[in-house]
Amino acid sequence: MSEKAIKRENASEESAAMRPAVNVVEDATGITLYADLPGVPKEKLSIHVEGDNLILEGELEINSPPNTEAIHAEVDLSRYRRVFTLSRELDGDKVSAEFRHGMLKLRIPKAEHAKPRRIVVQTT
Amino acid sequence: MHYRGIFPRDLFSELERLQREFDGSPSIRGAAPGYPAMNVGTTPKSVEVYAFAPGMTPEEFDVQVENGVLTISGERKNIVPPEGATIHIGEHFSGRFRRVVSLPDDIEPNSTTASYRDGVLHVCVARREAAQSRRISVQ
Repeated sequence: MSEKAIKRENASEESAAMRPAVNVVEDATGITLYADLPGVPKEKLSIHVEGDNLILEGELEINSPPNTEAIHAEVDLSRYRRVFTLSRELDGDKVSAEFRHGMLKLRIPKAEHAKPRRIVVQTT
Repeated sequence: MHYRGIFPRDLFSELERLQREFDGSPSIRGAAPGYPAMNVGTTPKSVEVYAFAPGMTPEEFDVQVENGVLTISGERKNIVPPEGATIHIGEHFSGRFRRVVSLPDDIEPNSTTASYRDGVLHVCVARREAAQSRRISVQ
């Protein structure tokens, strides 16, 4: 069975969806997530936080001419979906997003108390 | 470069490719379909090619039609993380890419248009008028 077919089975809880490729980078003040969502217009993108889960969803909108006959399709589903679990030190209320040319950039800051603090060693 | 025939005349090369993959000796370029993912469709008037390549600018693509072959190439730049940052997941393709589609015989290469929207490059290659079936009215 191809990898694609397996992925599709896993996603069958709801309607089948593609898993967007992501890059996740962490620095001292938070996490930046980049997701590939080609074909999704801004108004069809949805990002929400439910409890500990960050849910990314997007619907593709490809305006092909009405009488197009598909010959070859590597992108054969019409939506993307991927869920991430946020750890406690991340502030799900302060997520900010930019979306350009099918690429999403999400910034999830760390909660103030979780940011690294440098402890100054005092000499007596 | 990834080459895969998609029009019916390439049926035999496609069978050969499937056979190779089945034999457990896939192409040295890998068995994955390659980057960017592509969809191809036809209408009586055109061949429509969609390449799913997010995060680019229109100028970064090189689209060429030559000898009945459409080539889409470019480079996707890597995201440079700030110093001291940790990369937890790195699934994005980065680097140079090139994909090739063999076109049907009846195309009009000079009337090819390309546009980039929402991270999808759409190339439309017109087909010759003569090849379009026409309804003949009976007198």
